[in-house]
Amino acid sequence: MESTLPILILALPLFTFLLLGLLGKYMKHGLAGCIGTASMGVTATLAYITAFTYFFSGSPLFMNAFGERLQSIVFNVTWLQFTPDIVDAAGQVIKSGLAIRLGFLLDSISAMMLIVITTISFMVHLYSNGYMRDHDGTPEKGFQRFFAYLSLFSFSMLGLVVATNIFQMYIFWELVGASSYLLIGFYYTKPSAVSASKKAFIVTRFADLGFLIGILILSYYTGTFNFTELTSAPVAGMDNTFAVSLGTAENIKNIFATSAAPVFLGGSVLTWALVLIFVGGMGKSAMMPLHIWLPDAMEGPTPVSALIHAATMVVAGVYLVARLFPLYLMEITSLEIVTIVGAVTAFYAAMVACTQVDIKRVLAFSTISQIAFMMVSLGVARPEYHHGLGYMASMFHLFTHAMFKALLFLGAGAIIHAVGTNDYTGMHGLRKYMPVTHWTFLIGCLAIAGIIPFAGFFSKDEILTAVFGESLYGYLWMTCVAGMTAFYMFRLYFLIFWWKDHKVHGHHAPKDQPWTMTVPLVFLAVMSICAGWFPFGNLVTWNGHPMFEHLSFWTNIDNLNWFVAAVSMVTALGGIGLAWVMYQKENDLPQKAAKLIPNLWDWCYHRFYWDELYMWVTHSVIFRGICKPIAWFDRHIIDGSMNGLAFVTNKLSVAIKGLQSGSTQRYVWFYLVGAVILALITAICTI
Amino acid sequence: MEIPMICYLLPALFMFCCGVYGFITRKNMIAMLISLELMLNGVDLNFVVFNRYLFPGSLDGMMFTLFAIAIAAAETALAIAIIINVFRIAKDIDVQDLTKMKF
Amino acid sequence: MLGALALCRNIKWIRTVAVVGSLMLIGLSIWVLCDYLDNRAAGNMAEMLWVGSYPWFTPLNINLAVGVDGISIVMLLLSSIIVFAGSFASWKIEQPKEFFLWLILLSTGVFGFFISIDLFTMFMFYEVALIPMYLLIGVWGSGNKNYSAMKLTLMLMGGSAFLMLGLIGIYYHSAPEGGQLTWNILEIAQNASIEKGWQYFLFPLTFVGFGVLGAMFPFHTWSPDGHASAPTAVSMLHAGVLMKLGGYGCFRVAMYLMPQAANDLAWIFLILTGISVVYGAFSACVQTDLKYINAYSSVSHCGLVLFAILMLNTTAMSGAIMQMLSHGLMTALFFALIGMIYGRTHTRDVRQMGGLMKIMPFLAVCYVIAGFASLGLPGLSGFVAEMTIFVGSFQDSDFFHRFFTILACCSIVITAVYILRVVGKLLLGPVQDKHHLELTDATWWERTSTVTLILCVAFIGCFPNFFMNLIEFTFNPEFFRALMPAVN
Repeated sequence: MESTLPILILALPLFTFLLLGLLGKYMKHGLAGCIGTASMGVTATLAYITAFTYFFSGSPLFMNAFGERLQSIVFNVTWLQFTPDIVDAAGQVIKSGLAIRLGFLLDSISAMMLIVITTISFMVHLYSNGYMRDHDGTPEKGFQRFFAYLSLFSFSMLGLVVATNIFQMYIFWELVGASSYLLIGFYYTKPSAVSASKKAFIVTRFADLGFLIGILILSYYTGTFNFTELTSAPVAGMDNTFAVSLGTAENIKNIFATSAAPVFLGGSVLTWALVLIFVGGMGKSAMMPLHIWLPDAMEGPTPVSALIHAATMVVAGVYLVARLFPLYLMEITSLEIVTIVGAVTAFYAAMVACTQVDIKRVLAFSTISQIAFMMVSLGVARPEYHHGLGYMASMFHLFTHAMFKALLFLGAGAIIHAVGTNDYTGMHGLRKYMPVTHWTFLIGCLAIAGIIPFAGFFSKDEILTAVFGESLYGYLWMTCVAGMTAFYMFRLYFLIFWWKDHKVHGHHAPKDQPWTMTVPLVFLAVMSICAGWFPFGNLVTWNGHPMFEHLSFWTNIDNLNWFVAAVSMVTALGGIGLAWVMYQKENDLPQKAAKLIPNLWDWCYHRFYWDELYMWVTHSVIFRGICKPIAWFDRHIIDGSMNGLAFVTNKLSVAIKGLQSGSTQRYVWFYLVGAVILALITAICTI
Repeated sequence: MEIPMICYLLPALFMFCCGVYGFITRKNMIAMLISLELMLNGVDLNFVVFNRYLFPGSLDGMMFTLFAIAIAAAETALAIAIIINVFRIAKDIDVQDLTKMKF
Repeated sequence: MLGALALCRNIKWIRTVAVVGSLMLIGLSIWVLCDYLDNRAAGNMAEMLWVGSYPWFTPLNINLAVGVDGISIVMLLLSSIIVFAGSFASWKIEQPKEFFLWLILLSTGVFGFFISIDLFTMFMFYEVALIPMYLLIGVWGSGNKNYSAMKLTLMLMGGSAFLMLGLIGIYYHSAPEGGQLTWNILEIAQNASIEKGWQYFLFPLTFVGFGVLGAMFPFHTWSPDGHASAPTAVSMLHAGVLMKLGGYGCFRVAMYLMPQAANDLAWIFLILTGISVVYGAFSACVQTDLKYINAYSSVSHCGLVLFAILMLNTTAMSGAIMQMLSHGLMTALFFALIGMIYGRTHTRDVRQMGGLMKIMPFLAVCYVIAGFASLGLPGLSGFVAEMTIFVGSFQDSDFFHRFFTILACCSIVITAVYILRVVGKLLLGPVQDKHHLELTDATWWERTSTVTLILCVAFIGCFPNFFMNLIEFTFNPEFFRALMPAVN
């Protein structure tokens, strides 16, 4: 494949960022918006072309004779050489040294991510043209800046998913973190936004520390950062084309096993490395206990939440684990950790989501919960069971989730824009005022609740099947979470659109938004309906091997595990039913329910006091317990001893300055006595 | 017959000690200067004597003495100039009182 | 090369001439750089290029010996850029004539230091760079300036006392039995003649001597006070270039001449520098004065430089040089911006400011960029340097080195904490002081100064391999064989 297209995919958003960032000030708002959106549109087209070429061209670069999809490195440029290449006498490179390379790795998951990112990003760009204005259509201050940041984010995210090596991923990982920081803190005069952005950056930074150490361990033993050398083997006779290979991963495992110290604190070093890398993923994907930044990140403008904190950046952790999946397979312990973290987070986030009042926070917790679903699914994926169904299910859910969650967020944004508050108590009964938003939001809710035939049903069903294959308890647990998902989403839906009639404040009633905002809603709603019908198992699997022999329109239906499907449908309907009973019309059932379990309700409402715990740790322990004493120590002990030294010198010189009396004759006396003493000493010594 | 070296050295020592005593006890700067000259001359005498008796072949000591005499002359001129200036400023050349330059 | 020096001396003391002069300096440095690359490309494998030696004081065999390699070229480039930016940043200083005179004397010292390969002249230039600092802080400084100037000079002088001892010791052991003693670094390194016993004695002396200037824990306390009182351009030069003298000296003299002692004693200093990395970062978290925050962050970052040098492998050392370069540029940028903000608000206390983004967007954006560079955002210089250091440091597999490497890695989180804290308090949020609303944004000379620095920071961040090749070529494999018998 030629590299022009992929380069353009990356270069275009970057260029747009620079253009808008540097010259945006001198542009009209509308022009800046148009440039941003148009550039993203072009990027999306290019990404589609690339992805479709990959999936459907059947070129030997992308698919081998058995129909297995391959990994193809389109280009790879050395960016920073750490250790020199090892060269033999003839000048041939035997083993390349450690180096960060910037490149473009095209395989099934990166192609899929290209589609997800560019689609959502384009929709969000379009939507922001409407959202970032007030009701009269006057653009907000910093309109250009907003589009510049969006472009920066798109660039970084695209760079992340196409990374050819783990350090490139780390680079863009940091860059998405920074763009997320900038976007959360977009309303920089609002203290809450500032602290939320700070929190997001620092928490993810903390996780990245784990990621970095993991990378360092991995690279130290294996001597490479490249994914292709870690998880796949080159295809014979072709340059830059690789196939996922367990053999390579086993070699890596052997390298670790035969190293000087293969075990550290009871776990193998490889497990440690993988778990540390997963910690990085936990930070970005807001897994417990590093989830605390995501709900706060909702301080950013809603399109940002849709793009970054729902559809793309937060799934980077899932993507990371998927990328290194063959390595994780080598250490089942690490996969179990992934599963457990995912399962606990899913349940926790679902519980909290049932009690929140801020609609964006409900969505945030639901995002956490859904990403945890993907993690669990990755964690239970085994090649023995249905060709690694969990892996495919996880990617499938990532794809569908991106669509319906972006839809829900954009819908929420439209509502917030119309009503002017995040709190559902200021909404209620909006279905009459905003029909388009209402219907698309309903579709989103149905999709996330997992109702046939919406997208979420299929992907969630695959996940549950995969979990079912691994453990029955896990299956029950996750089904329970799925039921809660349906409940809290419909609780939200009913509270926004039903409950009671809307009281109109001010001069104008809430209404549907301009076309720039409704078009993305409708498009994403359509995607939320049909995304589930894609024969995903033939496009994305852990080793590229297609799952289904025969494709038809009904492929996904045909391959359902009907038992699991039926149970999950019943649970989902149960959840919706419960929500209907409690929230469809104004009544006092919710209060009664809260009174029934007051403690649990309280804990859920306060998100199990995680924020308070972190606050205490950072403020009382780190800030007051470490930083302040260190600063004090520095000022008083270290500097004090230096000052003390100067003080002593000073005192000493004052004490002996009397010797210099100015009287010449006394000096002569001293001199004489000294000379005599010296002479005596010399004399004694010579004798 | 030669006069023994000690006959020269003793007067030289006497001259030097007188000079030291005078330098320490006299308050007047001129008197101190004179004592200084006395010391210098004592040392000069030593130089010459040592040269004559210990290294009769060389002239190093003689040369040094000549140097020292020349320098002593220059130094005296300088010292008297300083003393005169000090007197102009302080109206006094008693070293006991001239302790302004300490610290 | 001496042209650069001659130019410094002949400069006339007018602002514009100073700027033109520093521009020419940059030009010269770049010219040297290009020439150097040409030479290397043409296959010139000599350790140092343009080695020249002019007898200065024959009895002690002191020569004015000069020569450059990749590292010194990088340092020259850095210094000239900072001098350039610094002269723009002090556009409106009082008594410009004297100020620029001293400033240029200082930079003469710095340039001389980087190109000397004779220990004595190196030391001399080191002192030449040091003394003007006292006057610059004492006369043009602010706050408790006498105290700071005195403290800074005395502590650094104390360091140079150690250093002098060390250097003289090296001189007297520089010749294998009875040969001609020499001050020349290259010759000493070639002879590799210093006995092991003496190395154990001289290595700590020289390392501590230079380490004081490199703000090594616990000899770093001159840095916060000195920076806080110094005028903008001096802070820039000081943190940007002068502190690099320490790292460069540690590398060029202590490690280069006494590899065996370095190998055996590194662990002591590794502990100290490891502490200074984390300690500086933690201290920076609670400071309220902008300059103090930055000074402590410098302690942390310069600690990383020495830390990496002590790791004794090529990657980490290249990282150290990168970090010197990157830290020089970004701290200079920081201090320039702090000076500009201080010039407007007349306070450096973060608690009394807020929401400056609204008032002076240009300066604020630059500050954010500097902050991002400092906390190691890819695409800016800090990331490149830190990652090289961490990857290099991690190559040492014993538990002790691992522990300290991971400890040093922790600094990236703490750095993020204090940088974002400042950015949040200072630039974002609501405006604290109503009077600040009338303040203006940057003037053209301020823009020139900051934009130059930002461009450099971004250039290193985007094309690191250029510098990496420049530096890495310099590392003589022989030297490393002596340094790491165990590894190679």
